[in-house]
Amino acid sequence: MIVVRIPDDAAALACGADAVAEAFAAAGCSVERLSSWGMHWLEPLVEIDGTGWGPVTAADVPTILDGTSSKCIGPIAAHPFLARQQRLTFARAGRTRPLSLEDYVATGGWTALTRARSLPPEQIIAEVTGSGLRGRGGAGFPAGIKWQTVAGAAGARKFIVANADEGDSGTFADRMVLEGDPFALIEGMAIAAQAVGAGRGYIYVRSEYPHAIAKLNVTIALSAQIIAPFEIELRIGAGSYVCGEETALLNSIEGKRGEVRAKPPLPAIQGLFACPTVVNNVLTLAAVAHILQPGGAELYAGIGIGKSRGTMPTQLAGNIKHGGLFEAPFGVTLRELIYDIGGGTASGRPVKAVQVGGPLGAYIHPDQFDLPFDYEAFSAADALIGHGGIVVFDDRADMQKMARFAFDFCAAESCGKCTPCRIGSVRGGELLSRVNEPEARAALGDLLEALQFGSLCALGGFTPYPVRSAMTHWPEDFA
Amino acid sequence: MTREEHLATIFAAHRGREGALLPILHDIQHVFGCVDAAAERAIAHELNLSRAEVHGVVSFYHDFTAQPDPRPCVELCRAEACQARGVEALVAAAEGAAGTRINLKTVYCLGLCSVGPAARRGDTVHARLDEAALVKLVRSA
Repeated sequence: MIVVRIPDDAAALACGADAVAEAFAAAGCSVERLSSWGMHWLEPLVEIDGTGWGPVTAADVPTILDGTSSKCIGPIAAHPFLARQQRLTFARAGRTRPLSLEDYVATGGWTALTRARSLPPEQIIAEVTGSGLRGRGGAGFPAGIKWQTVAGAAGARKFIVANADEGDSGTFADRMVLEGDPFALIEGMAIAAQAVGAGRGYIYVRSEYPHAIAKLNVTIALSAQIIAPFEIELRIGAGSYVCGEETALLNSIEGKRGEVRAKPPLPAIQGLFACPTVVNNVLTLAAVAHILQPGGAELYAGIGIGKSRGTMPTQLAGNIKHGGLFEAPFGVTLRELIYDIGGGTASGRPVKAVQVGGPLGAYIHPDQFDLPFDYEAFSAADALIGHGGIVVFDDRADMQKMARFAFDFCAAESCGKCTPCRIGSVRGGELLSRVNEPEARAALGDLLEALQFGSLCALGGFTPYPVRSAMTHWPEDFA
Repeated sequence: MTREEHLATIFAAHRGREGALLPILHDIQHVFGCVDAAAERAIAHELNLSRAEVHGVVSFYHDFTAQPDPRPCVELCRAEACQARGVEALVAAAEGAAGTRINLKTVYCLGLCSVGPAARRGDTVHARLDEAALVKLVRSA
């Protein structure tokens, strides 16, 4: 019987994968549902014996089966989009059934956890530190240092919290791990628990990800015995963007308003329920499941650029021809990502701007496209890598509108705790509509400074990035 | 089940759970379609909180509503990536198709940023929406 492999990732489902799966089953094929390869412009991407077809509709089934379909892309693994990548965090993408423990074990699953359990905690932390892994949620803080702090902190109880509140527009890498390789997250959390002496973990996932939630429920039940005595509980967000900020997230788990806490105390010292807590992004924890494999830390530290070691799963999104997940060592330039790999805009029009790092990331002008993916290089250019989302806009984008949207978004999602963000976001929008008046423009400059340096968290603190970059690089849109 | 029995079942399921408020609110929103003042009082009693504390949490999160809205709901993503893929040009048609019969809500990001414009109806997601596909989705909701 012909075995047809079709992703069950939300991006594939949204493009009609279920109907395609039904059509193959009706034609007498055996259908397996796997994770997505991350070549989203080809979804639903169908695989038979390593050969791919995409984007497939139910109507394509007869021609695929008789070998006459024009949608054949040849051997999937050799596709240039994949051949150019170095996948560590996403090594299983497209290759395994997400909820199959058998598939997970067959691809090296749990070897890192088994190894970690045989090591003294200091050694685990030393390997994570030595790998150079930095927090993938946006702040880029060295993961090993954070773990060291929690390990050294006094506390009767300690917690591991996986931040799966992936709210940034243009990002979907967390979602792909949660839906495509959820055991890797569990394994990373269990390793972190082993390293710092935590007994309990929480995964906080946003309610906008129903497929991820369903899979995590199954994953947690299936892996409970393996990670015992460590326990993991799933918590569902409730539509608040700011809960992706770690202290707001902790408050939300505790059953409070998702308001940001002042730091210090750091969550590593006084986090969830006032206990020492590791809060790491999904990608950070999933990377740990690779790093703790034999030789994993050396491999990770050996690639990248400057202080940005290892690989970054970037997400090519928005108006881009070849959108999807691209994992490569740090150092790849925006030009390569957008043109060579992404193929330029989906609309075929010239690229006007890209926003990197979500709603709080700077808009980057094509003149800056030689910028390498590197925390420090982005920071020096008044931009941020954030969670690695890259949203491409064509020449029809109105940058004043995008700047206005940044303020409106900040106003809508502000937790209200600090004044610069709560009030500044509203006043900023008002000033922007009068930006032609010199007085208003001067006031706007002051306001952006107050937001940047006076806000409690990144929501207010980083909203000036998209606004200021839009005004600086596209002054004609503000004339 | 009566309303009180529903609440008692929900409370029993979460008894002993640390930080149980959000899971309880999700269950109540799911069963009753809202978290109203009476539910807030019952929760406050169950968790030994003040009603103001419970109301503060309910009103903070977009997912919890004070009144039920029995209309079918379609959530349309209007975040940056879907904007870059042209969602704003579809909004007027979607609103026209929704009229007052459908609750057409804006969400910021469904994680389908490479295949937008995207929308969600219950637990099904839809991508690569053009005007015709979006209008059809709204009308069939």
